[in-house]
Amino acid sequence: MFTAIFGSVEQGIIYAIMALGVYLTFRVLDFPDLTVDGSFVTGAATAATMITLGYNPIISTLCATLAGFVAGSITGLLHTKAKINPLLSGILMMIALYSINLRIMGLTIDTAVGRPNIPLANSDSLFTLFFGFWEKLGIDTALNNMLLSLGVEHVPNTWGTIFIMFVLTFAIKFTFDWFLKTEVGLAIRATGDNDKMIRSFSANTDTLVILGLGLSNGLVALSGALIAQYGKFADVGMGIGMIVIGLASVIIGEAIFGTKTIVRTTFAVIFGAIIYRIVLALALQVEFLDTGDMKLITAIIVVIALVVPTLRKKRKDKVRKAKRRAERALAERREAKTIA
Amino acid sequence: MLNLKGINKIFNEATPDEKVALDNITLDLKEGDFVTVIGSNGAGKSTMMNMISGALLPDFGHIKIDGKDVTRLPEYKRSQFIGRVFQDPMAGTAPTMTIEENLAIAYSRHQKRSLRIGVNKKRREFFKESLATLHLNLENRLNAKVGLLSGGERQALSLLMATFTKPNILLLDEHTAALDPSRAELITNLTKQLVEKDNLTTLMVTHNMQQAIDLGNRLIMMDKGQIILEVEPSAKKDLQIDDLMAEFQRIRGEKMVSDRTLLSV
Repeated sequence: MFTAIFGSVEQGIIYAIMALGVYLTFRVLDFPDLTVDGSFVTGAATAATMITLGYNPIISTLCATLAGFVAGSITGLLHTKAKINPLLSGILMMIALYSINLRIMGLTIDTAVGRPNIPLANSDSLFTLFFGFWEKLGIDTALNNMLLSLGVEHVPNTWGTIFIMFVLTFAIKFTFDWFLKTEVGLAIRATGDNDKMIRSFSANTDTLVILGLGLSNGLVALSGALIAQYGKFADVGMGIGMIVIGLASVIIGEAIFGTKTIVRTTFAVIFGAIIYRIVLALALQVEFLDTGDMKLITAIIVVIALVVPTLRKKRKDKVRKAKRRAERALAERREAKTIA
Repeated sequence: MLNLKGINKIFNEATPDEKVALDNITLDLKEGDFVTVIGSNGAGKSTMMNMISGALLPDFGHIKIDGKDVTRLPEYKRSQFIGRVFQDPMAGTAPTMTIEENLAIAYSRHQKRSLRIGVNKKRREFFKESLATLHLNLENRLNAKVGLLSGGERQALSLLMATFTKPNILLLDEHTAALDPSRAELITNLTKQLVEKDNLTTLMVTHNMQQAIDLGNRLIMMDKGQIILEVEPSAKKDLQIDDLMAEFQRIRGEKMVSDRTLLSV
């Protein structure tokens, strides 16, 4: 149980970067961008390919992010310049990326042009680089001894992943918060809020949409690159349903932590991603369910996260009205008594 | 400051819905002119405003702002010089953003937007001072989301955002029409005050004849895509509503028929 939850937190905090990207398009720009399913894999494929070809994992991860940025920008171009509907622009880009991702991974072999997956079992990664430094600190042993004394049976191999990912994800969160307060960031937010207004204040909404989609997909690809290095493989199908997972994280986070300010909402999105992973892990502990059911569970989680707040509000409303009616009835009875 | 020369626009050309929106419009505004525009529905008033702002491009003709030809300049570039307030109080502000963030967006009109923080200390002071001139106590609600403000408050904020960067041209498109009478009066007075303060070159469309007569130094009347009457500063001082009605009847040989026009007399 502990191992399952520990793993979920590790994954959740990596997927949180993707969820921030989804938040930027869905909520800030009000643009339902489906490129995500493709650009997540583009990030994973680019990083895995470059690492396999012998590049430094840091450089590979940065290039993967850049590849996502380019993919998102093209979706933006399709929408703003070619005037294609937002949903369709994203779907077109997603399907195009499927072939492109095969080609990217194909660069690692000579026998074919495309390749559906790359194992990274024995390669370096951002994580192995960091562990070299981390293990010298001896924090793992200290924490694990503490857990053992608390009676936990299976202790995690390393705390390094959680540590480095918390640092990285929160660094991204703070940069993200800052960016949305800059002049450009304010203009991007206004584009999603009231595009007529922001045009009347000399902002080019086309450029802002392209930039927003680029940044969003850059984050998504970064997340994909990290997941590939964490899971030690890249696969052309690993992005299926990614957009729904991102949305699930955003919706769960917002429902639990609220959306009062940007700083708070980005915090909510990150923890939404972690909670989503934990819920999924707990669901998979049920004997009857299989890993193949994950997408179905995801869909159900999203439906619940969407429906519960509405139902709760309705019930509250009902209770309030019933209370008012009772008070009114009481007052009327009292009045009748005084008259009698 | 603003010159329109031979502006023509036909909507849905060569279809059964063809409509002549602007028919050879020529208009010159000198610096500091405040022109009110009246006319019945479909007269072309809003189309003319959209031509100036760049939301629509003319079929032919030329538009100059401060001597510079802007005829083909896209809307977002032109809005460096043009402040606008729309009829819908919701249209001029971003509802999920705070008052100070909205002001920061308006403040960045002149320069290229960069990665500077939008609301810094110095700007916040300036925003506070500017808001204080509205006398709506908005200066103490800088962090309130604009969506929570009333229609009148939002329109006052839109007006401030359109004017406080001193645009070359101010376009007001029936900006009091969606408000109740007392709010409309408030916005009318604010308009007068803000325009006079910076001597802004202004074009205001209105359906309220009294407002058209009270505000500004010049008045034009439009009908069927043409400017049919121009009242110059010397004559405008003594203008009455009856004069306008009579003038319209004389030019067009028919009674002015617009329910909205009649209602707002």
